[in-house]
Amino acid sequence: MKIVIMGCGRVGAQLASVMDANGHDVTVLDIEDYSFRRLAPNFGGTALLGNGTEEDSLRRAGIEKADAFVAVTQGDNRNVMAAQICKHIFNVPKVICRIYDPLRQELYSTLGLDAFSPTTILTQMLREKLED
Amino acid sequence: MYIVIIGGGQVGYYLAKALLDEGHEVLVVERDARRVEFINNELGSVCIRGDGCETATLAEVGTERADLLIAVTARDEGNLVACQVAKHRFNAPRTIARLSNPSNEAIFKKLGIDVTVSSTNIILENIKQEVPTHSLTHLLYLRDKGMEVVDIKIQPGSSTIGKTIKELSLPPDTILSLVISKERKPKVPTATTVLQAGDQIIAVTPAELEEALRASLSGG
Repeated sequence: MKIVIMGCGRVGAQLASVMDANGHDVTVLDIEDYSFRRLAPNFGGTALLGNGTEEDSLRRAGIEKADAFVAVTQGDNRNVMAAQICKHIFNVPKVICRIYDPLRQELYSTLGLDAFSPTTILTQMLREKLED
Repeated sequence: MYIVIIGGGQVGYYLAKALLDEGHEVLVVERDARRVEFINNELGSVCIRGDGCETATLAEVGTERADLLIAVTARDEGNLVACQVAKHRFNAPRTIARLSNPSNEAIFKKLGIDVTVSSTNIILENIKQEVPTHSLTHLLYLRDKGMEVVDIKIQPGSSTIGKTIKELSLPPDTILSLVISKERKPKVPTATTVLQAGDQIIAVTPAELEEALRASLSGG
């Protein structure tokens, strides 16, 4: 599967490294090349400098042939915008997007984005641990 | 009208000022506390501190009764989200987003934003009008019809000089509505109007055929 990941922070880098190790064709995008230091030393995919909210950068990342797109930058709005571009303009079959703000996550889920909120998920986990 | 403005930078501030002068009810949402204080000192209590992309903020400023929401922060993605939240959560009847990257225009339209204003494009078009070598300028885009009103100058040396209008092969659904000669004489062109160097032509054309129109008038 060809996967484009936007944002090479801790999550993006780890996901890129894992998916690459599992034999997928991975391209990871970030606006800072310093972020790519987080990739596994044996990462065999493509690390590309570029802004995933721009169509040109997405094209260079091969979005037109991608099977999946994952938006995991620090900015909720950037993730939302890039995910919508990939879903509605490039018709990428699987688009996943991180939105920290639970309310925004809820809204975009109802609008058909596959969005998850780490805030909600972690709160839930901590709650279960505390009430255990 | 009740108008919510997201972003209290230079654009947001002057926009709020102009809309208040026109008698509208205006509320500005701005993240930076110092900027909020400045706007409230200058314009009266019309600015609150908050993130215009957050549902809670938009609820607080009464977006559900707003006639219009205008997002003019410096970030395109923030403007997109503010407009979408206003539209889908608060049923804002009309949303306008400022764009910095002109190529986002088509994307925003597809994602349901009613109107986009690209300051970069406006500045570019104004500059192009002043650059004499550029033969085609956009005057107006008729959004719902997808038609452009353009201004084309017949450059010296163009192979269409001396030809009549009917000799040109214009793209379909295109009308040359006005020809203004070098001597500042405007006239409505007919089939037998002869093109002269320095003529300025105001034409209506489908947006996608604009390049074909430029080519047929310049002979290039």
